[in-house]
Amino acid sequence: MQIFNIVIAGVGGQGVLMASKVLAESALTSGMDVKQNEVHGMAQRGGSVISFVRIGDQVASPVVMPGSADLLISFEPLEALRYIHYLKPGGRLVYSKVSINPSTVAAGLAIYPDDVEQQIAAVCPEAHGIDALAIAREAGNGKAVNMVMVGTVMKYLPLKEEVVTAVVKQISLGKGVEVNLKALAGGAAA
Amino acid sequence: MKKIISGNEAIALGFGDSGGVFASGYPGTPSTETLEEVAYLGDVYCEWAPNEKVALESVIGASIAGARALATMKHVGVNVAADALLTLTYTGVNAGLILMVADDPGMHSSQNEQDSRNYARFAKVPMLDPSDSQEAYDMVRIGFEISEQFDTPLMLRTTTRISHAKGVVVQQEKLAPQVGAWEKNVPKYVMLPNFGKLKHVEVEARLLKLQEYAETTPLNRLEMCDPELGIITSGVAYQHVREAYPNASILKLGLIHPLPARKISEFAKSVKQLVVVEELNAIFEEQICALGIEVTIGKNRLPLCGEINADILRAAIDGTATAQVSPVAGLPQRPPVFCPSCAHRGLFTILSKLKLFVAGDIGCYTLGALPPMNAMHSVIDMGASISAAHGMAKVNAIAGRDEKPVAVIGDSTFFHSGMTGLMSMAYNGGNALVIIMDNRTTGMTGGQENPGTGKTLQGIHARQVEIAPLVRALGIDNVVELDAYDLKATEAAIKKGLETPGPYVLIDRNPCILRYKIRKPAMNVDQEKCTGCRVCLKVACMALGLTASGEKQKVRVDPNVCNGCGVCMQMCKFDAMHTLEGENNANL
Repeated sequence: MQIFNIVIAGVGGQGVLMASKVLAESALTSGMDVKQNEVHGMAQRGGSVISFVRIGDQVASPVVMPGSADLLISFEPLEALRYIHYLKPGGRLVYSKVSINPSTVAAGLAIYPDDVEQQIAAVCPEAHGIDALAIAREAGNGKAVNMVMVGTVMKYLPLKEEVVTAVVKQISLGKGVEVNLKALAGGAAA
Repeated sequence: MKKIISGNEAIALGFGDSGGVFASGYPGTPSTETLEEVAYLGDVYCEWAPNEKVALESVIGASIAGARALATMKHVGVNVAADALLTLTYTGVNAGLILMVADDPGMHSSQNEQDSRNYARFAKVPMLDPSDSQEAYDMVRIGFEISEQFDTPLMLRTTTRISHAKGVVVQQEKLAPQVGAWEKNVPKYVMLPNFGKLKHVEVEARLLKLQEYAETTPLNRLEMCDPELGIITSGVAYQHVREAYPNASILKLGLIHPLPARKISEFAKSVKQLVVVEELNAIFEEQICALGIEVTIGKNRLPLCGEINADILRAAIDGTATAQVSPVAGLPQRPPVFCPSCAHRGLFTILSKLKLFVAGDIGCYTLGALPPMNAMHSVIDMGASISAAHGMAKVNAIAGRDEKPVAVIGDSTFFHSGMTGLMSMAYNGGNALVIIMDNRTTGMTGGQENPGTGKTLQGIHARQVEIAPLVRALGIDNVVELDAYDLKATEAAIKKGLETPGPYVLIDRNPCILRYKIRKPAMNVDQEKCTGCRVCLKVACMALGLTASGEKQKVRVDPNVCNGCGVCMQMCKFDAMHTLEGENNANL
């Protein structure tokens, strides 16, 4: 198969890395080659985070080049716009509509644009925005936004939904299993 | 069984499966998870050292005592451990010894972009450069074999895109750990000049033998394809080459020091155009050119700074970069920031207000240099806050400037190399205010244990070093506790420290809220009372923001982010901020 390039973007603390892990493990379970890569240095919350997952028969570089992503998943609207140039023509974008202020905006040094969603739609008319935080809370924990996002994009992946579900079940701990599976299902319905 | 793991995890697993017995290191991105994973494996002894020099020296001891041993650190950590390394190369090893070093091209989380391959040449030791997780895993075992066969320490070098990239790994058969004899051997391990002179001759002879090994080892692999384009490369750069030029002929180096001169010459003759692809320094290229071989494309077209990727290669080699796409311009940046309710916020709010010269250090608090705080004015290396502040104070005295510099350092960095600087300040009659932010963790790298946390790498109870008595023992008389959440008290304490002549140490002992998962009720803003003066925004907290534009903008608190430290509330002159009753919603 052709390599399927996924970019996952968000804000530090949102669980971008766990979502990446779910996709990578699912690809491995499905017998595909996979490389996953993100740069994580600082433990602080609040910085912009980007992660790559590449799935195929044989994957060389762990890095997705701008203009080549089949799927961009963003946990925050501004971050969707920041990395939208990674999408290839016709690539798909799914994002959470819940905005989080960058520190620059919180400090009054910059303004969060009013028209982020319009700008997204202008570049990618098919972009699909969901209220991932509300769905995560409905599932039992606001932190499950990452599993909601995975749930929503499942249908676009070259992976079987039951494989993704099984991986989520396998890597969740204790009470998290139920919450994460609910979040996954909630995301899938969104 | 196949696993998908990062390069760091692969090295840890390789260590566990290759008879590894002892590992030590100091946290540093992107190397940190390696030792954490060794601990997670559970069956191999490992520990955090207070700095990289101590880690490597302990590992040397372990090797002398007969155990395969691993030291882990980031590139700049090797600078700290270099004193040990440059003589370790003379003594050689007993059991195999690997120094794993993680470089950071692109400086994702580092203060410089140094290329550790220079250390392999400097110390005249073999170096391996894996290009994915599987190789990272395999090279630990081969590394131990080389180390033992040639009686040499071996460096295993990764870069961020190897350490943090996950790929598929198949494990080999697990070797049982064995501990060999612990024997006295003065001419081998005592580097007095007379013994050292003999050892230096051995080091040079060893390097020649390693060169022969490099010619034949499968670690250096020929992948002959189209002879028009021949590329010499290693590490993650190899993957980018494969991505951009799947049909090129490649000499893929795994053992990158010493280089296989004959193999390179033969490869160069067999291809029409020779390209050398390496991140950072022109280390291969310079050695290849010294062999009298013509390199068509190397650093004449490829960058010396930052990472390489497939697009950069295409543009440099044949100008066929894929469609140039640009990011959307003018978006607000989203730099990392102090966590909501971090104790550093209160401190830097006051340091910023007082407009002091602050000599900083390596840790979360380095973010105090960014706007709107702008309250850190030098950051060099681990421990430099205190020593540099000392130098500034001495010059200020000579120049007749009546200004006392401030040093800010964290607990782990203080243990790493702040203590010696403070001792020097006491000994040499210095005059700086030193603020130690003792949040009981190595925060920036993800919350590792250190000698002040009372726990080992495995989370087991340990002897806890108390900083205040330690500081007094170093010769500092003025040691005062600080609570950075209390802005008025913090300002008063800093002023007192500045007014008092001589070294003065403030210690904040508020724990890291992220590491210790501390929750406080969120704040909210009374929109009637808020005047929109924005003074509270000076604390630079991502929980704060302005209400929608249009009418008069006022401040609001995002209850999904606020963790209720109350620092912003202390900034408000209009009593508009209050603690919200009920549960904390912060998604920390």
